[in-house]
Amino acid sequence: MCTEIIHVTVFSVSMAVIATLIAMPAGVFLAWCMARYSFPGRSALETFITLPLVLPPVATGLILLTLFSPSGPLGRFLGLLNIEIVFTWKAVVIAMTVMGFPLLVRTARTGFEQVEPRYEQIAATLGAGTFRVFFTVSLPLAWRAVLAGAMLAFSRALGEFGATMMIAGALPSTRTMSVALYSYTQIGDQRATIGLLVTAIAIAFVAMLISNRLTVPS
Amino acid sequence: MAMVLDFQLRQGAFTLEIHAKCETRALGLMGPSGSGKTTMLEAIAGLKRPETGSIVIGQHTLFSSDQKIDIPVRSRRIGYIPQDVALFPHLNVLQNMTYGFKDDAMSIDQVVEILGIKNLINANIKELSGGERQRVAIGRALLSAPKLLLFDEPLTGLDIELRARLIPYIERVRDDLKLPLIYVSHVASEMDRIADQVIVLKEGRVVSINPRQPQ
Repeated sequence: MCTEIIHVTVFSVSMAVIATLIAMPAGVFLAWCMARYSFPGRSALETFITLPLVLPPVATGLILLTLFSPSGPLGRFLGLLNIEIVFTWKAVVIAMTVMGFPLLVRTARTGFEQVEPRYEQIAATLGAGTFRVFFTVSLPLAWRAVLAGAMLAFSRALGEFGATMMIAGALPSTRTMSVALYSYTQIGDQRATIGLLVTAIAIAFVAMLISNRLTVPS
Repeated sequence: MAMVLDFQLRQGAFTLEIHAKCETRALGLMGPSGSGKTTMLEAIAGLKRPETGSIVIGQHTLFSSDQKIDIPVRSRRIGYIPQDVALFPHLNVLQNMTYGFKDDAMSIDQVVEILGIKNLINANIKELSGGERQRVAIGRALLSAPKLLLFDEPLTGLDIELRARLIPYIERVRDDLKLPLIYVSHVASEMDRIADQVIVLKEGRVVSINPRQPQ
């Protein structure tokens, strides 16, 4: 039982880390764009990004399943490249990425909004182009919020259940902590349930503690 | 240096309408607060975009609505020292000063010598006094090899003694380095020492252009 809990925990944490790392480049870039630029369709894009936060996770999972199933538009294309998504670990990562993405974008965006635009303007007068300004001024000044957003996305990914169940199922090879917790409860394995519950609480507590520390100004 | 500042810029209910041709190495800008002095500097630096008109500094057209020219901020080679100084808080003095360093700029040693900041080079910017911050900001602008320097009330908030100590540094930039500059202030005595021509603004309009001779 203990080995299984360790296996499920390691698998979930690894998948959540990969999902967070995948979400970060696009999430941080979008957060910065939305904090600094107004462009046509910004509100629509913002709403679209926020959708996974408000939709029932099962609905998000259903959309992902439709897209990535072998007959779906993305699944068919990936099938040509011999890449199978549904009911594999890749499906777990996709579900986690999509569910954590809005939290990353929203938190990082707040961080970028708090960076005084003056610093970016001065950097430009000193000859820095957009990317240099981003990497040498905006990002270093907003890093706490970006990291806090990443921690929130990671926590959300770790707690993901509905979308994962839809697209990855509860196979031994795709079983995350949330899914395993549900299975243990269903079969009445109290010791395993409590063991996994304590592990989940401990990880979530540490992640939230770090996230909160980062968002509170020092 | 010839400067053609002939543009209109709208900002909410405020309209800045400048029509001025100057031939000077040190142009002063005076006027009550809200008259558009900072907006005018920001338009020259490229941080604000005029609706119409043109901005020509020396031989360089920085903006022209007719010719559809709008040189990006990063390519204008204009050193801007804003009122709030805006030193990068995550970098130390040396890192701030070399942020925009260009090969054709003068050496770091020369700049720290002129501005008297040799002992501050490795300091954290949080440790600097008001006057030191101003000099570091001037140094940062100088090391980006600017063709023109913009000073936005650089001595505001400093006591009289410190002001008197800092003015010679700005004069050295003007005289020793022969860098043209535009200097904003509402203190007439500062203007008399630094500018040789002064534009007076009121409610976004040029009220007068006074040829003044430096003492």
